[in-house]
Amino acid sequence: MQFESISDFFNMGGYAFYVWLAYGVTFSSLAVLVFQSVKQKNKVLKQIAQKLAREERLKQNRSNNESKT
Amino acid sequence: MWKWLHPYADPERAYQLAGKLLPWFSILALGLILTGTIWGLMFAPTDYQQGDSYRIIFIHVPAASMSMAAYMGMAISAFIGLVWQIKAADWAAASIAPIGAVITFIALFTGATWGKPMWGTWWVWDARLTSELVLLFLYLGVISLYASFEDKVLAARAAGILAIVGVINIPIIKYSVEWWSSLHQPSTIKITEESAMPTEMLIPLLINIFGFGMMIGALTLVRFRAEVLARNGMRPWVRKLAQEQGAA
Amino acid sequence: MKRGISYTRAFMTLLKRDLQIAVRHRGDIFNPLLFFVMVVTLFPLGIGPEPQVLTRIAPGIIWVAALLASMLSLERLFKADFSDGALEQMMLSPQPLSLMVLAKVLAHWLLTGVPLIIIAPLLAVLLHLESNSYGALIATLALGTPVLSLLGAIGVALTVGLRKGGVLLSLLILPLYIPVLIFATSAIDAAGMNLPYDGQLAIIGAMLVGSLTLAPVAIGASLRVSTN
Repeated sequence: MQFESISDFFNMGGYAFYVWLAYGVTFSSLAVLVFQSVKQKNKVLKQIAQKLAREERLKQNRSNNESKT
Repeated sequence: MWKWLHPYADPERAYQLAGKLLPWFSILALGLILTGTIWGLMFAPTDYQQGDSYRIIFIHVPAASMSMAAYMGMAISAFIGLVWQIKAADWAAASIAPIGAVITFIALFTGATWGKPMWGTWWVWDARLTSELVLLFLYLGVISLYASFEDKVLAARAAGILAIVGVINIPIIKYSVEWWSSLHQPSTIKITEESAMPTEMLIPLLINIFGFGMMIGALTLVRFRAEVLARNGMRPWVRKLAQEQGAA
Repeated sequence: MKRGISYTRAFMTLLKRDLQIAVRHRGDIFNPLLFFVMVVTLFPLGIGPEPQVLTRIAPGIIWVAALLASMLSLERLFKADFSDGALEQMMLSPQPLSLMVLAKVLAHWLLTGVPLIIIAPLLAVLLHLESNSYGALIATLALGTPVLSLLGAIGVALTVGLRKGGVLLSLLILPLYIPVLIFATSAIDAAGMNLPYDGQLAIIGAMLVGSLTLAPVAIGASLRVSTN
């Protein structure tokens, strides 16, 4: 351990603002990127599932109409 | 000779291969970045000149070096996609672009927060900073060109051409910017030479560089899988997957 | 196999056609030029009329204005041919597409680049450019503007099929213009200080040769993507 105490560590030898700003922005932007990338797949799957359901409904309607006539 | 590679151009195989590789990349990325960052922040010795502000290096240098590497990766995939008409390569290129842009932004931002305490200014028109900024513009150009085509097959081709044109231009831009800054800039500002770096600092830095590389790989795989699904929505295996997972 | 007309003749025909069309719509030649003059005039109004300041920044202003004027005028390079189908005819013709494209870019440069070079010294007078920089200004413009036309045509070819191509175009091609800007202005600066500037000129010349050989291929490929 390079630092004497926890408050020393957070102080970063007086450069706390810059160091923590850099690390904070880096990891928060990475977190947004990771979150967005992971969500993307679910979104795509959901869209395809919705499209499938719509097609299914259309098919059902058509066959209902056909059976009526 | 390359015949064994061809089956992986099939979207389903590529999707499954990406899924198999993903845990390895993610675990390696997470482990390496955690180790490197904690080591760099807590255990690496304080720099005698820059104090503790130098600890930004452990994310700045990995981001900067990987931003270039990601662009090369994108351009190579785009080239493969254009020349051999392998769609999987096009999708890979399209999935790398946003990641590369974020990494480049991180490199620029951490550079600014490191520059402020060291040089007294957030931004200098230094050669490396300027070429990094231009790299960000190139990434944004590729992303917005890909986004503005409705037909994604054409979009990938257009963005691929742009990525390749950019790759030819990167060395020229870099060289010209270096020439320009050596003309205009008085040499009062010097970025610290890294050759004199002690091993205790170098090891966490290298760990983080590899970690960032693995992270880009993992994110590319995640986005690649989504891209494969989005481009193959009509195929039976994707429909089956959508019914199983998307309906919930 | 009979190929129809020779490459040279196809090239000349297309060049003549483009020039004739432009002569009939004279606004296409004058508007970019007018834009160039306007931008250069705005700078002294914004910065202030001190001759020392203007002398210092004149090369940069003239070149940035030239960059923007070239980009704006390029936007219509393939537009008309794309919408009336002439572009597809060019692709179907037995002559290589890169040759035809080169003819179009050359026509564009003759119509917008050359007037720009002619009017630049006049604007340099307005900006109090160093008297010994004029040769360098003309030389860099003569070598540099064709590079701008060639590189810009790649971006235009990529965006010609899109409805909102205009803003995108600037994002695509302005980064590619940076090296030309840097070497051109540094050549003019060097000339102003009575230093040799043939090195910078040689590099711009190299860029011209490189883009002359590679850009037509890229433009052709981009056009094939855009017209599907």
